[in-house]
Amino acid sequence: MFRESSIIRWRNYNDRYKLIGYKCDQCGKTYFEKKGLCTCGSLTFDEIEFSGKGKIVTYTKVHSGAEAFQEQAPFCVAIIDLDEGARITAQLTDCDYEDLKIGMEVEAVLRKFYKSGEKGVIHYGTKFTPKF
Amino acid sequence: MKVGVLGIGITKFGEIWDKGLRELLLDAQLLALKDAKIEAKQIDALYTGNMCGDSLSGQLHVGAMAAENLNLDKASIRVEGACASGSLALREGVLAIESGQADIVMVNGVEKMTDVSTEQVTTALMGAGDEELEGFNGLTFPGLYALLAKAYMTKYSKLTRDLLAEVSVKNHFHGARNSYAQFKSEITIDTVKNATMVADPLTLFDCSPITDGAASIILASEKTAKAMKSQVYITGSGLANDSLSLARRSSLTSIPAGAVAAQRAYSQAKIKVDDINFAEVHDCFSIAEILAVEALGLAKPGEAYKLYENKDTYFDGAHPVNTSGGLKACGHPIGATGVKQAIEAVEQLRGHAKNRQVKDAKIGVTHNVGGSGATVCVHVFKGE
Ligand SMILES: [Zn+2]
Repeated sequence: MFRESSIIRWRNYNDRYKLIGYKCDQCGKTYFEKKGLCTCGSLTFDEIEFSGKGKIVTYTKVHSGAEAFQEQAPFCVAIIDLDEGARITAQLTDCDYEDLKIGMEVEAVLRKFYKSGEKGVIHYGTKFTPKF
Repeated sequence: MKVGVLGIGITKFGEIWDKGLRELLLDAQLLALKDAKIEAKQIDALYTGNMCGDSLSGQLHVGAMAAENLNLDKASIRVEGACASGSLALREGVLAIESGQADIVMVNGVEKMTDVSTEQVTTALMGAGDEELEGFNGLTFPGLYALLAKAYMTKYSKLTRDLLAEVSVKNHFHGARNSYAQFKSEITIDTVKNATMVADPLTLFDCSPITDGAASIILASEKTAKAMKSQVYITGSGLANDSLSLARRSSLTSIPAGAVAAQRAYSQAKIKVDDINFAEVHDCFSIAEILAVEALGLAKPGEAYKLYENKDTYFDGAHPVNTSGGLKACGHPIGATGVKQAIEAVEQLRGHAKNRQVKDAKIGVTHNVGGSGATVCVHVFKGE
């Protein structure tokens, strides 16, 4: 359920808008978001900036969305392996679903996500588009 | 481990407009008491699975409600683990008896989902995924399982669109033979393929419905259960967890926690896969049943399609799966589903499953998934 909170947006600013991720300072594994321990057990990470380039691991087209995304449906969503190693979930934009393929190269773009109510805030975030 | 089943109670599953959360829960509780032939005051503790009481009905504290319904002041707790809430409540009940803290336990599961719009339900259910990493990107539950389906069917192309549809066709066949199922109509492969697309490749008929319903089961220590001539016992309970988001999993063509939970339950029950006569699995989406039968070891990775090619998963087949109709046809009142699966296992082992009875059923397993695989709980049931 989407909570309307500018604090949440501030807290997630790096993940959502700047493509800044985290690299384990022990084993080097990269994460798009900082969550708990690394698989190696380490809790210390260095910030890294992702290039925004990656490949599609799997994808779908969502035809009926949750409340906040209803007016955007249908839209494409994918799990993407970034070139630096982190695996992320993101919407695909500026593409035809029929042209998508697993393994296809994509790159990050900033796009509108959804608007909270009639007079609400417009939320932006990172989507990906196929490279041509 | 051995915990007996004294009684079961279940409401009709479906759109039950004249009953709210409390009434559904009470109906199931009273039916279970009647079946167990005990009085409410004999219950030592209650565990109630419920996921959406707060988001869909504005009602938290369903544990207290379950005790209040029966005028009890006994320990009563709501258990939440998304779609696995029911089996987690069952597991808590088993553990309470195993620990010696309780001799007789009532386990309930309840969900009231049809009072609100489909979009509200879609939003509420997404709380079972990773809100910041998946929900924020517009993903829905059908979307998450569609991502798994796409990955699986690309890697294992022998699972065709038609064979995937066979999951729903078979579950509707069973649902048509279950008196409390939400859908009692048989369907064909074309029904599935021609239905509205929800999240490619999953159509409306690949998806479990929005359902109201409640289920209750009464457990007792082996000693008490034996004295009351119980015919069914729980002999294994396995629980495993994984990341909330799909992107953090070690595999997108399986649900890793499913196999771990199954092995934990089998080893506790001291059984092998070959001992299993039937399984009730978590088919929230058709692809989920494929992943479930592989997690349980009924098929090797990538080979579940064979069971559907050969119609092995029908009640009279070699590996009966979801004789209740599964989540697809019986319905999926989230918190009640795990308890309903247990009730189907008990019906089969008592030999009460009528025109969907598995012949000579002695051992059955239930497999309940929370989210897209972040929680999986497996139980082993044995008939005596
Ligand atoms: Zn590490």
